[in-house]
Amino acid sequence: MFLKTITFAGAFALLGSTAIANCGISSGNVSILSNDFPAIQAVTAEAAKCAGNGVTVESNLTKDHKDIMVAALTANPSQYSSVIVSNSTLVTLMNDGLVQSLDDLVAKHGAGLNKSQLITVDGKIMAVAFMANAQHLFTRTDILEKAGIKEIPGTYEGVIAAAETIRSAGLMEYPVALNTKAGWNLGEEFVNMYMGTGAELFTSGTAEVAINNDHGIATLNMLKSLVAYSNPDFLTYDSNATQAEWEAGNLALATMWGSRGGAVLDGEGSADGVSSNTVLTAAPTWGNDTRPASTLWWDGIGISTNVSDADAEATFIAMMKGISSDMVKANNDAAVWLIEGYEASAASAGVAGTAANGAAPYPMLPFMGTLHGALGGEISDFLQGTESAEQALADVEAAYTTAAKEKGFLK
Amino acid sequence: MKNRTFFWFILPSLITMLLFIALPIVSVVVQSLHIEHEAILNEVENCGPFGCKKELVIDVKETAKLKDERPLGRFNGLGTYTNRNHLAFTEIRHAWKLSNGVADFVSKSLNLPFYRALAFTLTYTFIVTPLVLMFGFLIALGVNSLPKYIKGPTIFVSLLPMIVTPLIGSLILFWMIDAQGIVGSILQKIFDDPNLSLKASPLLTWIMLMVYGVWHSSPFAFIVFYAGLQTVPSDTIEAAMIDGASRWERTKYVVLPHLMPLTMFILLIQLMDNFRVFEPIVGFSAQANATSLSWIIYNDISNNEDQFFGSAGATSVLTIIGVSILLIPVLIRTWHDFNRKVI
Repeated sequence: MFLKTITFAGAFALLGSTAIANCGISSGNVSILSNDFPAIQAVTAEAAKCAGNGVTVESNLTKDHKDIMVAALTANPSQYSSVIVSNSTLVTLMNDGLVQSLDDLVAKHGAGLNKSQLITVDGKIMAVAFMANAQHLFTRTDILEKAGIKEIPGTYEGVIAAAETIRSAGLMEYPVALNTKAGWNLGEEFVNMYMGTGAELFTSGTAEVAINNDHGIATLNMLKSLVAYSNPDFLTYDSNATQAEWEAGNLALATMWGSRGGAVLDGEGSADGVSSNTVLTAAPTWGNDTRPASTLWWDGIGISTNVSDADAEATFIAMMKGISSDMVKANNDAAVWLIEGYEASAASAGVAGTAANGAAPYPMLPFMGTLHGALGGEISDFLQGTESAEQALADVEAAYTTAAKEKGFLK
Repeated sequence: MKNRTFFWFILPSLITMLLFIALPIVSVVVQSLHIEHEAILNEVENCGPFGCKKELVIDVKETAKLKDERPLGRFNGLGTYTNRNHLAFTEIRHAWKLSNGVADFVSKSLNLPFYRALAFTLTYTFIVTPLVLMFGFLIALGVNSLPKYIKGPTIFVSLLPMIVTPLIGSLILFWMIDAQGIVGSILQKIFDDPNLSLKASPLLTWIMLMVYGVWHSSPFAFIVFYAGLQTVPSDTIEAAMIDGASRWERTKYVVLPHLMPLTMFILLIQLMDNFRVFEPIVGFSAQANATSLSWIIYNDISNNEDQFFGSAGATSVLTIIGVSILLIPVLIRTWHDFNRKVI
């Protein structure tokens, strides 16, 4: 019996040493909760390579991560040691103090990180970003050529003019699409478009919403002029729907997430001639402002507050492996990586251009989610033509104010 | 049964009901009377890949102290019930004063999220429930008169809509009625209108949801009615035949009265179920055109980044009240029937 134990221990020690060679951890539980898209799958798959002898790596990749993250991390010990967060979800978790400061872990294990990857709040590192994302313009150059349009439009006014030309040439009845599904997606389109006016969403330093003004009305009208060239089903279009429509060859100009670029350009699942003629460019500007009508997003790593220090450290090391340059080399086109060793490609041109043109990051404000929800629910009436822009904005303001009072953001 | 025996007999289910029905409802009521603590906000500098910016953050330490003192949050009384996102008393009063005519008042009220949802919920309940009863009965009559050897397969096929999970069923129909789906494109051909879209107009969306509701629930009514039809006394039927009653008269005067208690049962269940209509709205992505009370609760808790437990609690309580009001007439009738039988 004794001998057996010794042999086992020895065998484990041997295996352990190979794991140490890979990741440098010998024990700990790593469990990751995150959204589900190809880039994140690549990160978690790489992190999972740290698993073995004493180290477990589990991951739950789900579109519904937002619904479960607060409850899962409130538990002590937390259900997940790490959450892949974005601008908006980090705020939700920080509101309840559910993610810990990474200052020590970054100092100890974060040597290879770019400084721009560190998300700091009041000087403390709260997350490590690994990829950037933004909605921007996807264009079918062959359709534009057929319609006699020489340049890819750089403004939304240009997009509308091009759409009209395509329609009147009889090429497509509904050449335009945005992610306009009522709810979160539609709210995001409003925020993007409003950002293009250069105005702020809130009165500075307060939780008072400031969209009920000329900028807001202009934003709504611009959205309405765009959806006039969208399929009448536009209020049911989310990212999956727009990508499918694009790949089916039903669209010529669409505003979609950069993270869909790789999938659209890879030629898989697309109709003939769609991928080869798709060009990704920066999000358009509109009106008199030069700020692109889009918001910049990052995805990054957050570590739960309610885990043991040992697990937190093991998790951080495994996640560093997940976002290493090796992973980027193998998955270069899956995302716009912020990681050392990333090489820009056609799939990243849109996001990179949007950032270079000075788009604003999605606000990291505690009450942003509340406004986003109010926008998504209240502006569809206007887009359907059953309500005036003024009424829609008044509704958004009223819905937000009521909800913000319940949340304690407003008195 | 002796009272004592009855008590021990019912005790296990009484305990489960207390634990899993009564207590959660009490907790929902308590939750609905509270709102979150006032947020303590600090202005700090946030930095990331896209530069730095001064932004507000919640002071976690101070907020945690408040939460420790009073974990439920601030007591708000019925404030959440009467605010704009629920019963909206102020807004309704305002609309009444400012509106010119009843139509204007109604349209102003329907602009408020709760009343909009209530309008769809009630319309859905009162249209789908009778149709389900009617179709269920007709299918049961039809199946009952089939030759024995095809009865089994027919029953199985008729039950399919109920067997399919509601969300999956609605998703399948959602794709079928897409402009490029089989039903959607056939409808476009029939009406010769390439722009016809069942998902775009509010009216067509409502009709589509109700058709789905009837399709989904009729099998339930059918199977209950079918079981009931097996118990119709054959001597009464034969007597009616001898008296020269036609098939229609036999159904009207013998079968229907015999099935009345079952009809009440289905009515009760369907009123409750339909008042809580939810899955098809999600499945059909119909929230822009149709929302229901249950959908509002879902939206408060898990559709957005934030969770509004107070709001969700208030809407839940209002839903329970709504169901109770709907059921009162049916329950009174059942009570009378019961008493008559006892006498």
